[in-house]
Amino acid sequence: MLAILDYKAGNLTSVKRALDYLSIPCTITADADVIADCHGLIFPGVGAAGSAMVNLRQSGLHDVMAREIAAGKPLLGICLGCQILLEYSPENDTKTLGLIPGRCDMFTPDLTEEDGAPINIPHMGWNTVTLKKDCPLFDGISAESEFYFVHSYYPNPAPEYVIATTYYGREFCSVHGRDGLWSAQFHPEKSGRPGLRMLSNFYDYCREAANAQ
Amino acid sequence: MLSKRIIPCLDVRNGKLTKGIKFEGNVDIGDPVETARRYYEEGADEIVFYDITASHEGRGIMLKVVEAVASQIFIPFSVGGGISTVADMRDVLLAGAEKISVNSAAVKTPHIISEGAAAFGSQCIVVGMDVLRVPASEAIPSGYEIVIHGGRKHTGIDALWWAKEVERLGAGELCINSIDADGTKDGYELTLTRLITGNVRIPVIASGGAGNPQHMVDAVTTGRASAALIASIVHYGEYTVTDLKNYMADKGVKVRRIW
Repeated sequence: MLAILDYKAGNLTSVKRALDYLSIPCTITADADVIADCHGLIFPGVGAAGSAMVNLRQSGLHDVMAREIAAGKPLLGICLGCQILLEYSPENDTKTLGLIPGRCDMFTPDLTEEDGAPINIPHMGWNTVTLKKDCPLFDGISAESEFYFVHSYYPNPAPEYVIATTYYGREFCSVHGRDGLWSAQFHPEKSGRPGLRMLSNFYDYCREAANAQ
Repeated sequence: MLSKRIIPCLDVRNGKLTKGIKFEGNVDIGDPVETARRYYEEGADEIVFYDITASHEGRGIMLKVVEAVASQIFIPFSVGGGISTVADMRDVLLAGAEKISVNSAAVKTPHIISEGAAAFGSQCIVVGMDVLRVPASEAIPSGYEIVIHGGRKHTGIDALWWAKEVERLGAGELCINSIDADGTKDGYELTLTRLITGNVRIPVIASGGAGNPQHMVDAVTTGRASAALIASIVHYGEYTVTDLKNYMADKGVKVRRIW
């Protein structure tokens, strides 16, 4: 069972629909006991960093997440979830969770695409993801696969946590983390078959981790 | 670098897929959920549903269609047609759509754009613009006028001014539909497309007139659109979405090739 962490951040149902389609058992929850019983956590999110942090503190999920991650439970952050696992976001000048060293930055309008055209902000659409190190989330996924992005801020973690990068006006980190604590800036639940494969890879990792304990 | 997006548009009436020419003479041509799934399997990057009954009856039927699509199709999709309040937007988003497209309602009540953007984020709000070529005048200096109600009603609003205005109000994307080109299969209105893409910094979807794959290449190169909307070119089996993407890739356009 996977827990989709419920902090009123929107987009929770799209992740659930994708997991349902894959027949992966999951529940949308903020309940500490339910979360403790799950094999892994999904930390999604659409919205702004400031209100997300307020909701996380008010719901108590802030402490639950820190405890579960410290205990070694796998977590997959998505989009805003990916950003607020870092220490700071300039969006609403927000101190964020700090579970991965680094911060977020914003795309600036002076950036240009590889063909010279000025970039649109947000970065919205399909883009490629270049792996910088092995990651089990990408098992069986072709390197030419593209993923669906919608964001104006991008993660900028400490270099040792960069797993994959994407180019949009500049190279930025699109997947970060360490074993069992991963985050993607794109939306795997909206990225067709490669995205679905990534979610099922995460579930497989969670089950193996649970069996190993 | 972002890929150029290919977006099939499904006109839905009472839960059935339909397609008309120049907004008239609609005939039912199939099931929207099945058709959307086929385009997803063929590599569509996004899908647009336009509910042509929404303003009258059948709103509940459309939400059922949206839910069915969201449980089977894992790419973004948007829903438009008859959406005129933030509550309408919320219903559609909760049913599983990523984006809402507003058209006539945005012209009549422009604050719907800023309200929607504030409630759900700019990325959710697509403003559809039906545009008619007219003689340039003091009121319409660009020579392109916004029309509403499926092209039947003139508004006296200049299309270029309106594009900049909806960007300012918080639209995340524009869909520029040429009434002159719609249904003709003679190609997109490239002068119009280029005029708009050159004057806004949000993504622009070119719409109306696609008859062959080269038209789509033209829309994203000459027209500088981020995406090309297609309908009859795929609805009647003339091309698959895969055919179109293969052609575009051969012409050097970056499109998504694995799905």
